Amino acid sequence: MGYVADTPATDGLLERLEQAKALEDLQTISEALRDRYRVDHFVYHWVSAGGEQYGCGTYDAAWVQRYVDKGYLRIDPVIQGCYQRFHPVDWKRLDWSSRAARAFRRDAIAHGIGNQGYSIPIRGPNGQFALFTVSHNCDDAAWEEFTTAHRRDLILMAHYFNKKALDLEPGRSPEAAQPLSPREVEALTLLAVGYSRAQVAQTLSISEHTLRVYIESARFKLGAMNTTHAVARAIARGSIVV
Amino acid sequence: MIRYIHANDLDAFPLLKRTMFTDRADQFRNRLGWAVTVDEAGEERDDYDALNPLYVIWERADGRHGGSMRLLPTTGRCMVNEHFLHLTGGVRIESPLIWECTRFCLARETEPGTASALMLAGGEVMQGFGVEHYVGVFDSRMVRIYRRIGASPEVLGSQGDGREKVSVGLWGFSAEAQARVAASAGIAPGQSRAWFEAAFGAAPARVSAAA
Repeated sequence: MGYVADTPATDGLLERLEQAKALEDLQTISEALRDRYRVDHFVYHWVSAGGEQYGCGTYDAAWVQRYVDKGYLRIDPVIQGCYQRFHPVDWKRLDWSSRAARAFRRDAIAHGIGNQGYSIPIRGPNGQFALFTVSHNCDDAAWEEFTTAHRRDLILMAHYFNKKALDLEPGRSPEAAQPLSPREVEALTLLAVGYSRAQVAQTLSISEHTLRVYIESARFKLGAMNTTHAVARAIARGSIVV
Repeated sequence: MIRYIHANDLDAFPLLKRTMFTDRADQFRNRLGWAVTVDEAGEERDDYDALNPLYVIWERADGRHGGSMRLLPTTGRCMVNEHFLHLTGGVRIESPLIWECTRFCLARETEPGTASALMLAGGEVMQGFGVEHYVGVFDSRMVRIYRRIGASPEVLGSQGDGREKVSVGLWGFSAEAQARVAASAGIAPGQSRAWFEAAFGAAPARVSAAA
């Protein structure tokens, strides 16, 4: 697996995600993510409060059909372990001890899902639930290295995927982007004009820790992976003027 | 021991569950005088308990609640963003990397290391799940306790006076603070890790390439 040290591994893909106009676009983005991270699969799966399901990703269509036909939703330890949860889950930590779960795992591996997986559950509004998963075939050490290096990006990406999917849900008017508070605007504006974090914190009379949390929060609202990206987006949206 | 239990799994721990909610009533209504809702069984709950939060609970040797706190993601409904925006500089704190910690509660007669054990567990959650900060709501008495155990939050803002004073604060993670808290709790890091893994599954032992 390849790692890119400095540039965000999602370079360019978040822009494509933000510009996605239809659910089909999420499919091509999940394929691009798989290629970018050099793993076997990326999958996004959602279940609305009403029980409607939508999925996209790189699993083989035959496997998806088989999963439905066999009723694996009721057996899959990943679903059992993630539903109603909000923390990321390494598949190895789940309970695979039942005979049904072990048979399911063998079948999944035979269909090229991989022996490793990492899933991020997302609780959306009004009972919506989604799961963002990356899976791969490698040994435990390589997988731990991968998830440790990319956990943060994967968590953020999972939530951005879900935000977009909610926007694109048929019959739903997109929510207005969460506005930034004056404090967040001030912080990003000062960073945009070249202040260091310490200078921004001093100017706003807050600690650097508080500043980090404000920036983290603004970054999430802007759908950005890092601070530079957040500043660029805030300028592009007219949220800040420099 | 420390238990990590989601609300929808609490029924498997009836004594722990009941004593947690009655101890919360004792702390927040009786001792602090907060306007909280207590049912006929003497249990304190609010709207956020209905959102399937993750409770981190110190279970005493007799199986009763010794202390607890309640964790929720800030990407969904949470107390800080719905009730305390005036204490966060108006910033709606929202990120999957920031969780909310509320209802930090200590039973009257719990072991002295309980608060430290809960903070230690909070650190396990951060490391295990990629949480970078907690934003918490706590009463004024906790400020001294947090300081004593070496895990002071950064206070963003406070309201009220005396027993009714409520603050919003932030915690980050640092290995040094985690070590201080472990020492203060008298709990070995390996033990703390084992409790976390008992709740969320153990990573299998690393198999060497030669195996």
